[in-house]
This record gives sequence, structure tokens and C-alpha cells, in this order.
Amino acid sequence: MTLSSLTIGGAHAQLKEKKISSEELTRACIERIEHADKSINAVIHKNFDRALSEAKKIDAKGVFAHPLTGIPYLAKDVFCEAGVPTTACSNILRNKDYVPPFDSTTTQRLRAVSAVSLGKTNTDEFTMGASTETSCFGATRCPWDTSRVAGGSSGGSAAATAADECLFALGTDTGGSIRQPASFCGCTGMKVTYGRTSRFGVMSMASSLDSIGTLAKCVEDVAIILQAIAGKDPLDATTGDVPVPNYTATLKKGVKGLKIGLPKEYFIKGMDPQVESAVRAAAEEYRKLGAQVTDVSLPHSQYAIAAYYVIVPSEVSSNMARYDGVRYGHTVNDPQSLVDYYEKARSSGFGAEVKRRIMIGTFALSAGYYDAYYRQAQKVRTLVKRDFEEAFGGVDVILAPIAPTPAFKIGAHTDDPLAMYLEDVFTVPINLAGIPGLSLPCGFAKGDLPIGMQLLGPQWGEEVILRAGYAYEQATQWHMRKPAL
Amino acid sequence: MAQLTADQVRHIAKLARLTLSDDEVKKFTKELTAILDYVDVLQKVDTNGVEPLKQVTGLTSAFRDDVITDAIALPEPLLATSPLPIVSDQIETPSAHGER
Repeated sequence: MTLSSLTIGGAHAQLKEKKISSEELTRACIERIEHADKSINAVIHKNFDRALSEAKKIDAKGVFAHPLTGIPYLAKDVFCEAGVPTTACSNILRNKDYVPPFDSTTTQRLRAVSAVSLGKTNTDEFTMGASTETSCFGATRCPWDTSRVAGGSSGGSAAATAADECLFALGTDTGGSIRQPASFCGCTGMKVTYGRTSRFGVMSMASSLDSIGTLAKCVEDVAIILQAIAGKDPLDATTGDVPVPNYTATLKKGVKGLKIGLPKEYFIKGMDPQVESAVRAAAEEYRKLGAQVTDVSLPHSQYAIAAYYVIVPSEVSSNMARYDGVRYGHTVNDPQSLVDYYEKARSSGFGAEVKRRIMIGTFALSAGYYDAYYRQAQKVRTLVKRDFEEAFGGVDVILAPIAPTPAFKIGAHTDDPLAMYLEDVFTVPINLAGIPGLSLPCGFAKGDLPIGMQLLGPQWGEEVILRAGYAYEQATQWHMRKPAL
Repeated sequence: MAQLTADQVRHIAKLARLTLSDDEVKKFTKELTAILDYVDVLQKVDTNGVEPLKQVTGLTSAFRDDVITDAIALPEPLLATSPLPIVSDQIETPSAHGER
């Protein structure tokens, strides 16, 4: 067992007692990346020299008061970090790699408690995808079976966490991009309430849906990280002015009497029966732990994907307008005019999925189509959100599958973008409703492929799903299984 | 409702400042039509009297004082990320009028 397989809680205890140093921990992660990443391609910008020099400084100071001090982590390649290449895995920010002169609020908050940044992880281009295959650096591979995808778009962060290349990794979730890769790779992931964490300094995909979260090795670690990164930020006007509870304090209170709902619309024809039975077994486990499990209904679920794939491309077409070869990264030679320059820079810089979404969005927002597409999708979004509000009138937590299948083969959906969109069927309604979702391992399918489930809470209800997640994790220990890499 | 033609796809691309090869036009015409066809299911939903959701946690306008701050980044490092020449603190782009 290497030091890099420690949890944050475990490493913190040893750092505090001076049994290990931050430098040793950081070196263990670097060695693990050098070894395992040849098989999984999860880390794409390495910041090792700076990480080691920071770790040494932290050791010299010798104060480990905060649980994240001296803890090495990775961030998805959309989190701006001063002086570190941040390229959204897109050629439009390469040529001359974009090196931001400022920090995202999240990496800045981690820096403030002396967590150690190791570098950047692979993602679908600008987070657009469900498999990390649209990255200009090539696909990340599932640590459990390298012929399969790691999920996406935070596939690099999930694979790196599952393969013990770091103690935790930052991700983003716009329609499932933390929860689904966590499920495919067998780690724990948190998509927070929209506005619980700051989006400042994270490259936007769809601004009304993007949320900043984390992938980790256990529920307690998620609580520790969330505690450090959550809360109002003056630099992101959409963060909520809502108090941040003490997440670790209530973690171990158990689930006796807790009401858990199973949405009947999330057990559909065509899903892998192994996924269904793993999630139903989890419901049974909750009964044994003293929770009450009942059925709930979320009747507009069937329209969520359609609403999502109107709203997202519309917001994408707007957010991608800033990439025109002028302020960042990619450039082209011999333009005939400024417009010609924009067109050449964008056409040669963006990949196919980004172009596809820009065009769908441009169409959906164009004169004569706006009401039928974008406005109608926003109305359906209201209905999806109401479904959840009504359900949470009767239950505390909703338990649901994350993806219809375990990790699929690399290339399986390459020629069928719509099939890739349908992968998000169980995850996008949560983003439309702006509620939090915790993804955690709940079993294994044939071929040793992890299966995940999600625990959903009402808006700002991270505390209750962390508590429910912790109780299940302690009872089942699925999170302790590691891929052989 | 949404059978896109190749010319429509070229027009959308132009609005989005993208140029497409003939192969791309063919590919995207097929793919975009399939996606628009799928999202047409939204037209079936009865949304009479339903307000569009614009901000999911119910925030309305957020104001701050209109004060310039250099706490996050200074102009020079922000300009330095451009791939184009910097002249007198400005980015020099190709001419908007077409001459070289």
C-alpha cells in the first residue's frame, strides 16, 4: 500500500503526529502518477516541481491544524490556477498554452489552507461530454478496465482519485460530470447545490447549471473538502448567501427514522439489471439501518434530457463566444480580415462536440425559434424543479441510479452524439433543479466494473445526503475496493 | 418540425463564426437534425401558465459597488495571455476592414 492510497482523514492524522511528511505524501502521488497514468491518461498538466517545493515549505513550518494542510490534490483542467497551464483540454487554448494570471476561488481557498496542487486532470473539451473522449489529449481510461471509458466529463479527476494518484480531485458537474465518472471509476463524488460553491475562475460551460465539486475516496473526505470550498463569494454573484453548516459534525448521526424515496421513473426499460439490483439492494440496506424507504414520483423526468440539451447548447453558444483567438491561446496565420481570423481560429481550435453545441445553441436562440426552444425548455425546467420540491415534501433524501449501465467501451458512442446525450438521463434532472447529489459506490457488475448510486437532497441540503452516504458507506465498505493497476 | 438543410447549417455556422468543410456540413446536418428532432418532445409538454426558470435558487439582481480593483489580476499579465502582438497596452488584431 502506498501513502497515496490514504484518505484525507488518515493522512491528516499521520501528518499531525509527524509520522509522515507532506513531501513524502506528495512524492508518493507523483510516483503513482508516473506509474499508473501510462495506463489511464488522467493527468495532463503536471506541476510536480512546484508541488514538492510547497510541500517542503509546509513541512518546514510543521503546522497541520487544518485537515487539508499538506494534502496533495489534482484539479480538472478548467480550474484557473495562477502560473499553471489551464486549457480545458481544447486546442483553442493550446498553441501557446493558456496560463492564467489568477486563481479560481476554489483553488485559492485550497491554497489558503495549504493543500498542495499537483496539476490538471483530463476532461472532455470544455467539459462537453460524458466519457472524456472529446479531450484534445485523448480519452481517459477506466482504472478497472482500460478498454472502457472513465466517464465524463470529470473522467480524469475520477480515474486519478480511484487509482490513488492523488488524495482528492476537483471536478465540475453541469449534467452529471462528477457523479457519472465517480460511478464508473468507483469513487465518491459530490455535486453541490447550484450556488453553494463559487464558479469564479472556472471556465464556464452552461452558467445556469455549472456547479463546482469534488471527487474523493470516502464520504468523510468529501465533507472535509466541501467545508473548505463552500460559501458565498463576492466574485460569483450566483453564490447563495446561505450559512455553511459544519458537515463533519453531523456526519455520524445515522439514518434512523430518515425517509428515503425511490423515484419510479428512474428504473427504466433498457437499463442494466445489475445496476437496478445494486440500487435496490442499497435501499434494502437503508431499511436495515433504520430508514423508511418509500416510492416517490418525478413525473417530468422523461423531458429533462430534451430541456437540458436545449438550455446547455444555448448557454454554450454564448460562453464560447469569448474564444476567438484574440485574448487567449490559439492563433492562425494570414487572415484576410478580422472576421476571417475569428472563423479560422475558432474552426481550427474547437473540436466537433463543441461546434455541435455552439450550432444547436445558435439555432435555438435565433429569431423565430427562441420561444419554441429556449423559453419552452426553461418552462419545462420549472416543472422538473417542482417535481423535486413536491417529492421532498414527503421524504428527506432521494436514492437513485446514476447511469443506466456501468462504464461502456471506448468508442461505443463516437458516431452517435444523441446516444451519448442519453447517458445523462438520470443525472441532468438534478442540475435542472439545482439540488445537491452525492455519488457513491454501491456494488460491482460482471467484469469487476463499479456501480454507483446517487443520494439527492433538497436545495442547500448537502448535510443530510452526506450523513446518509456515510451511514451506507460504513455499513457496506464498497469504497474500500481498489482497481489493480 | 426541424429538418435542417445544408444551407441552414452553413447559415448557422456563419452566425457562430465557424467555417465548415463540405464533409462537416454533411455530418452536422444529419446530427443536428437528429438532436433537434429529439428535443421536439418539449412541444408536447403542457406549459400553460408555467413561468420559465431563469435562476434556480431564486436570486434576483445582485449589486456591488462600481469600484475598479486590481486585487485579482493586473492588466499586463492579462494581456500577456494573448497570442497576438501587444501595442501600447492593446491587442493588435487583423484589420476589421479587410486590408492586410
